[in-house]
Amino acid sequence: MSAVQQADQAAPGSVPAGGLIGHRGLGDRSFQWLALAAGLLVLLILVLIAVTTTQQASSWFTTEGLGIFGTVWDPAANKFGALPFIYGTAVTGVIALVMAVPVSVGIALLLTEVVPFRIARPIVYVVDLLAVVPSVVWGLWGILVFATWIQHIYASIGSAVNGIPVLGALFGPPTSGASFFTAGIILAFMITPIVTSLSREVIATVPTIDREGAYALGSTRWEMIRGVVWPHSQGGVVGAVLLGLGRAMGETIAAALVIGSSPTITSHLFSTGYNMPAVIANQFGESTGVWRAGLMGLGVLLFAFTIIVNVIARGIVNRSARRMRGA
Amino acid sequence: MQRVRVRGVAAAGVALAAMALSLAACSSSSTGTSSGGSSSSLSGTLNASGSTFQLPFQQAAIQAFKSVQSGMTVNYGGGGSGKGRSDLASGVVQFAGSDSPIPSDEVANFKGKTVLYFPVFLGPITMSYNLSGVKNLKLDPAVIADIFQAKIKTWNDPAIKAINPGVNLPSTPISLAVRSDSSGTTANFSLFLMTAEPSIWKLGSSSTINWPSGAHAGNGNGGVAQIVKSTPGAIGYVDYADAKASGLTFASVKNSAGNYIAPSPSSASAAGTTVTLKPDLTFAAVWSSSPQAYPITYQSWDLVYQKQSSANTAKMLKAYIGYLIGDGQKLLTSLGYAPLPSNIDSKAKAQLSKIGS
Repeated sequence: MSAVQQADQAAPGSVPAGGLIGHRGLGDRSFQWLALAAGLLVLLILVLIAVTTTQQASSWFTTEGLGIFGTVWDPAANKFGALPFIYGTAVTGVIALVMAVPVSVGIALLLTEVVPFRIARPIVYVVDLLAVVPSVVWGLWGILVFATWIQHIYASIGSAVNGIPVLGALFGPPTSGASFFTAGIILAFMITPIVTSLSREVIATVPTIDREGAYALGSTRWEMIRGVVWPHSQGGVVGAVLLGLGRAMGETIAAALVIGSSPTITSHLFSTGYNMPAVIANQFGESTGVWRAGLMGLGVLLFAFTIIVNVIARGIVNRSARRMRGA
Repeated sequence: MQRVRVRGVAAAGVALAAMALSLAACSSSSTGTSSGGSSSSLSGTLNASGSTFQLPFQQAAIQAFKSVQSGMTVNYGGGGSGKGRSDLASGVVQFAGSDSPIPSDEVANFKGKTVLYFPVFLGPITMSYNLSGVKNLKLDPAVIADIFQAKIKTWNDPAIKAINPGVNLPSTPISLAVRSDSSGTTANFSLFLMTAEPSIWKLGSSSTINWPSGAHAGNGNGGVAQIVKSTPGAIGYVDYADAKASGLTFASVKNSAGNYIAPSPSSASAAGTTVTLKPDLTFAAVWSSSPQAYPITYQSWDLVYQKQSSANTAKMLKAYIGYLIGDGQKLLTSLGYAPLPSNIDSKAKAQLSKIGS
C-alpha cells in the first residue's frame, strides 16, 4: 500500500560496504552506483527543498520573530501568526485518528484473525481502493455532498447540546457544513487504508505457534487476540497510526475544500477552521512579501512536523519489527 | 524494507522526469521565427498566467485569435494575479494577467525593467443574495460594510429596511458567503468598501480578508455562487459572469452620485469613463464618480515587459495584446464583462508601439 510511502523513508539504508564492490562484475557495480545515486538524489532533493523554502521564509521569521506563533493571521493588517493553522492541523489530525484508528485496527484484525484468506483478499482490495481515490475527489465529494448532508446533523446536535458545559463548548453552535469535524472525517477516510494495511502487516508477523499455544491453553479468540496478538503488535500498530497522522497532517486539497477557511482558534468542532496545508493552497496565488514568506514558513513548519512524526513512527515500527523477529 | 527502497528510486525518477518536463516547457516558448518577415504572419508560442478573472475571456480570445494568426499558440494558465506577476518577474511567462497594479513590495522583483500595463476590460462584482420573493433589493456601501462585518445580522434590520421601503424583508439571519482562496475579487471588493466608507469599514483591503467567524467560504467565484445558491439568507460578492451563469439574484448598489445602479456590462463601462488614468495606465474603477456607474466595478491588466528578448516575441505580443484591446473587445459583453471605454482603450492602443526588442 504503500503508494503513500513518504520520501523521507527512502534513504539508502543498507548500501553494502564499499569493500565488497571491487569483487563484483561490471553490471553489479553499475547497478550499485545507480541505486546509490538514486537514493542520494532523494536525500539531496529533500535537503534542497528544506534549504530553499527556509530561505524564502526568512523574512517572515525575521519580521515576526516569536510572533510567528501569534493567534492572528490577517493579511490586510499585516499580521501573520501561525497558531490558528497549527491548532487546526492538530485538531483535524486528532479527529481523523479517533475515527480511523478503531476502524482500521478492527479491519486488520478481521482480515488476519477472523476471516479466511479467500475472503480476506477482496476486502483488502476494497480497502486499498479508498487509497486510490484522488484527494481532490475526496474534497469535492466532501464539500458538495457530504457537507451539505451533515450540516443538518451538526445543527441538530448543536442545538441539543447548547448550554451543556463541556459538550456545548465542543459541539454547540455556531455550526457549519465545512468545519474542523468534516475535515477530520474526510481525513479519516483517507488514512484508513494506510493504517489498515500497516497494522495488518504487523499483526501478520505474530508467530502462528504463539497463537496455537494460546488456543491450546483454552483461550477464546478474543483472549488470544488480547493476550498474544496485541502485546506482539502494539508497537507496530502505534507506528502505523503515526504514519497515518503524518499523512493527515499534510493532506492539502481535500482539507482546503472542506475545512471552512476561517483562521480561528475555537473549541467548537462543528465551526469553520483552517489548517496549515489548506491556507498555503488557498492563499499562495495572490500573496506578496512577508505574507508569501509566511506561507513558505508554514510549509517549513509543516515539513518539520511531518518529518518528526514520520521518523518517530518509523522508529517504533522498526523496533517492534526487530523485537518480533527476535521472538 | 526492500520495497520501500525500490520505491525511493521510482520517486526520484518521477521527480527527474517532472523537472525535465518543466524545463522543456520553459524553453519551448518563443522559439518560432517570423516566416513572412512582416507582422502579417507570425509563428511561435506565447505563455501567460495570472488573474483567474481574465481566464474565461482569455480562453475565448485565444480561440478567436486562431483565425487571425493561425501560426501562433497562446497559453493562458490561471493561478491568480500574484502568481502571474511572480511568473513574469522570473521570466517563466511573456505576459501576466493581474487585477491590481504591482504592489510596492514586489517592485524589486522586476529588477528595474519597465513593465507596461495594458488594461483589458472592466467587470462588475455583484452583491448576490438568496431571499425568496425579494427582487430589486437596494444596498448602499454603509449597509454592505456593516453586513460584511456582521454588525447587521438579520435581513429585516432597520438599516436595510430604510433604503428598501415597501419591500417585505424576512427576519432570516444573514449568512455571509466569501472567498476561501486569495483573490483579486476580494481585493477590489474590500477596496470599494474602504474607498466608499473609510470610517465604517475596519477590515482593510487585501486579497484575503479576515471575515467575521461563521462566514461560509467557497473556492473561486463559482464556489461562492454555489454557497449563495444553496443557503437561504446568504449574501456574497460574486463576479457578474459567474452570478449570471448560476442564475443568482443581485442587488442594486448606491454609487457616489447617490443613484442605485444594477450591475451590468454597460454600467461597468460607465464606471471607466471618469476614472483618473495615471501615465502608466493604472487606475481604480471602484467608486467611480460617473452618475451611471455601478460602484463595485473592477478591472484587469495584462503586464508586459517593454523590452523583449527577441523581435519575434515582441511582434507576437503586439499582435495578441493588440487583438485583446481591439477586435477581442467584442467578445466581452456576452461573457459578462464590460469593454474598455474609448478614453482608456485609445491610450492602451497607443502604448502598443512601446513594446520592442
